[in-house]
Amino acid sequence: MEFDGVIVGGGGAGMRAALQLAQSGSKTAVLSKVFPTRSHTVSAQGGIAAAIASEDPDDEWRWHMYDTVKGSDYIGDQDAIEYMCRVGPQAVYELEHMGMPFTRTERGRIYQRPFGGHSLGFGKGGQASRACAAEDRTGHALLHTLYQNNLKAGTTFLNEWFAIDLVVNPDGAVCGLVALEIESGQVVFVKSKATVLATGGAGRIFATTTNALMNTGDGIGMALRAGLPVQDIEMWQFHPTGIHQAGVLVTEGCRGEGGYLVNKDGERFMERYAPTAKDLAGRDVVARSMIQEIMDGRGAGPDGDHVLLKLDHLGEETILKRLPGITELSKTFAHVNPARDPIPVVPTCHYMMGGIPTNVHGQVLTVASEGNDAVVGGLYAIGEVACVSVHGANRLGANSLLDLVVFGRAAGIHIEEAIRQGIGHRDPTDEDVDNASGRLARWNESTDGESVADLRRELQRIMLVNFNVFRSGDHMRRSIGELAELRGRIAKAHLPDKSRVFNTARLEALELDNLLEVAEATAIVAQARTESRGAHARDDYTERDDDNWLCHSLYFASDKRVAKRAVNFAPETVEAFQPMARTY
Amino acid sequence: MQISVYRFDPDKDEPPRMEDVELDLPEGRDLMVLDVLELLKAQDPSIAYRRSCREGVCGSDGINMNGRNGLACITPVSEAAPRGKLTLRPLPGLPVVRDLVVDMSQFYRQYEKITPWLVNDTPPPAQERLQMPEEREKLNGLYECILCACCSTACPSFWWNPDKFVGPAGLLQAYRFLADSRDTATAERLAALEDPFSVFRCRGIMNCVSVCPKGLNPTRAIGKIRTMLLSQGI
Repeated sequence: MEFDGVIVGGGGAGMRAALQLAQSGSKTAVLSKVFPTRSHTVSAQGGIAAAIASEDPDDEWRWHMYDTVKGSDYIGDQDAIEYMCRVGPQAVYELEHMGMPFTRTERGRIYQRPFGGHSLGFGKGGQASRACAAEDRTGHALLHTLYQNNLKAGTTFLNEWFAIDLVVNPDGAVCGLVALEIESGQVVFVKSKATVLATGGAGRIFATTTNALMNTGDGIGMALRAGLPVQDIEMWQFHPTGIHQAGVLVTEGCRGEGGYLVNKDGERFMERYAPTAKDLAGRDVVARSMIQEIMDGRGAGPDGDHVLLKLDHLGEETILKRLPGITELSKTFAHVNPARDPIPVVPTCHYMMGGIPTNVHGQVLTVASEGNDAVVGGLYAIGEVACVSVHGANRLGANSLLDLVVFGRAAGIHIEEAIRQGIGHRDPTDEDVDNASGRLARWNESTDGESVADLRRELQRIMLVNFNVFRSGDHMRRSIGELAELRGRIAKAHLPDKSRVFNTARLEALELDNLLEVAEATAIVAQARTESRGAHARDDYTERDDDNWLCHSLYFASDKRVAKRAVNFAPETVEAFQPMARTY
Repeated sequence: MQISVYRFDPDKDEPPRMEDVELDLPEGRDLMVLDVLELLKAQDPSIAYRRSCREGVCGSDGINMNGRNGLACITPVSEAAPRGKLTLRPLPGLPVVRDLVVDMSQFYRQYEKITPWLVNDTPPPAQERLQMPEEREKLNGLYECILCACCSTACPSFWWNPDKFVGPAGLLQAYRFLADSRDTATAERLAALEDPFSVFRCRGIMNCVSVCPKGLNPTRAIGKIRTMLLSQGI
C-alpha cells in the first residue's frame, strides 16, 4: 500500500493536513484507530482563539502572541507562536468557508468569548474576547466540518487501523509505518513519501483525565521507539474544571461567560490569587489556587475535596443559549442543573504541552551529532503529539484548536511543496519493516503473565499521585523506580486473547506500551527540571530558574537521557518578548 | 448484577449466543453502562465493543441496552435496567463484526450520499461569510449529530431498505445543509432526494426521535425536506 502522504490520526490536525494535501492532488490517506469524527478533537468545547476582531474591533494578533508567550512561561518558541497567531485569523476564516457552524454576533460575524490568559494591548487593555465559538461544541463543529471537506476532497480513509510503529531505514529516514487493520487483523506496511504523526495526547497516563479512553500517546511511543526525542514532556496541563470524580471537562467558556469558582464558604477565592484576571488567569495559576484552597481546608463537599463552579447568576437563558452542552454534561455526570446549582469541579489532567519537537512546517527534529537541530527525513508531527512549541509550560485555553488547524495546514503546505519538488518513496529493508512489528509479535507470543488492565491501573495511579498539580522531588524519584520496575513487568505481560477479528484486547496491550513510554519520559524529565515553571510546580524548587531552565527539555528513551534545547527568541516581524514575572 | 451480553466471533465455528455474567458492582454509585462494560472487559478481555470519549460526544458506543438503542457511556445502569437485569446487544439491523461491534459501512454510505459538505462556489470574502443569528439558529438541532447510528438502526424503514433509504441520520444532515443560508446547492440537493426511497420511505414511526442520545429530531427535519420537495413540485 503506497501513498504520497499518510497522516496517522484523524483529529483536527490530521484532517486539516490531509485536506491541504488531498486538495493539491496528492494521494493522501488518513489512518486512524477510530472513525475520524470519534477523535478527541470532538470533545473540545469553548472555542478556537484567533484575533479576528469580531468582538473587540481593535484586537490584533501581536496581542495574542504576547498572551501566548506569557502563558507559556517563556519557553514557547516565539517564531512558532508568531506564525500561529499571525496565520490564525486566516485559518479560522477558512474553516468558516468550509461550512463550520460558528455562533454569530448580531452583525452576522463569528461570535467570540473571553478565555483565560487572553488580553488586549499587551496585557494592559483588560480581558480579550478572542475564542471563536460554535456554542460550547466548537471541537465537534470543527471536526465534522473537516471530515466533510475531506470527503469532498477525495482523501482515502483507513478507518479503524492501528499504527504499530514507524518504519525507519538505515539512514534514519522514515519510509512509512506498519499498521494493523482492526477489523481483519491484517498487518500491513503502509509506504509513504511523507508520514505525519497526528495522534493526539496521552492523558490516559493519569487515573483521572478529561481525555478520551483512546488518548494513549501512540505517536509519542512510536517516536521514542524510533530513537527520536520528545520535548518538554514534563509539562502537563491540569484543567481547572473537570467534573469531580467523573473527570469530564467543563469548558473554561463557563468562566468566560461570567461563571466563577467558589470555595465551601461561597467565597470567590480567585480574587485573592489573581486580583486582575481572577477566574480567567492562566490555567496553571487557577489549578494551583484551587488545590491550595482544598489543602487549606476550604474545599466543598463531605470530603472537602473539590470546589464549586457557580453559573446560576448567568440566568437560564444564557446558559441554555451559550452552554447547552455543559448543561447536558452536568446533569449526566454531576447530577446538577447549572442554572440552579453549582458544578463540583477539581483540576484534572487535560493536555500534554510537550511532544515531538518540530519546526514551523511540522518537520520532526532530532539532534545531530554536532548537537544542533536536524530534520528527520519523511516525518512530520502536528497537533497535541507535536511540540512546535507554541504552548511552552502552559497552554492558553482555545489555543489548542488553533494549533491543530494552523500547523496541520502548514505541514500540508510543506509536504505539497516537497512532493512538487519530487521527493520520492524511500525503500526500507525487510529488516526495517520487521523491526516495526516487533512489539506486536511480542504480545502475540506471550503465554502467561500479568494482565494489561492491572498494569495500566498501576501506571495510572503512580502518575496521578506523583505528577499532579504539585510535585515533590522525593515522590518523583521513588516513582521513577516504580516505573522502571513496571517496564520489566509489562515486557512480560500476557495477552490471553489471540483472536484475529476486531481484537480490542490486543489494541489495549499495544496502547499500554505507549502509555509506559509517555509516563516514564514524563517522570524522568519532571524530576530533572529543578524549578517551577508553568504547569510544572515543585515543592522543593518553588521558583522559576531562568539562569538554568529557560530552555526546552529533550528526552531520549534509549539511554533515558535528558538534554536541553534553546528556546526560540527570534520572531520574524516583531521584537521578541523577554521573560518577566508572570502575574495575572 | 445479572448481565447478558451478545457474543460472536466470526473465526469461531459457533453461532452468536447470549452470555450470562454475574458482576459485583461497586456500591453507592450509579454506574453508566460503559462502566459495566469496562468492568466486564477487565474480567474477560476478549469482549469487543467500541468506546472513546466516554461523555456522549464521539458517538462510538451506540449499542442496544434492554431493547433500546443508546450510548453506553451516558446511559445509567438504573435507567437501562430498572428491573435489575442488563441485556446488551449490538445495534440492530447492521451486520455484526464481533460481539457488540457492528459494520457501519451502510450507515456511512448513506451519510456520504447526501453531499455532506457546504456547497458555495462563489469566491469567499477575505473574512467570514456573514450569517445572521436567526439564520444560524436554523442549524441548531441539526449540526449536533454525532453519527452514532442509534436512530437509523432503530428505524424499520432503514432495516428494510438500508441501501436505498437514506435513514434519519443522513436526512438530518441533508436538512442541515438545506437549512444553511450559506449553501447554494438547494436545487441539486432536493433533486438527489426526490426518488421514492431516499426520503419518502420514512413512515413517521419516530423511533429515531425517541432514541437520539443528543435529543435531536430527525422526523421533523425529514418533514421539512418533504415540504421543500413538495412545494418545489408545484
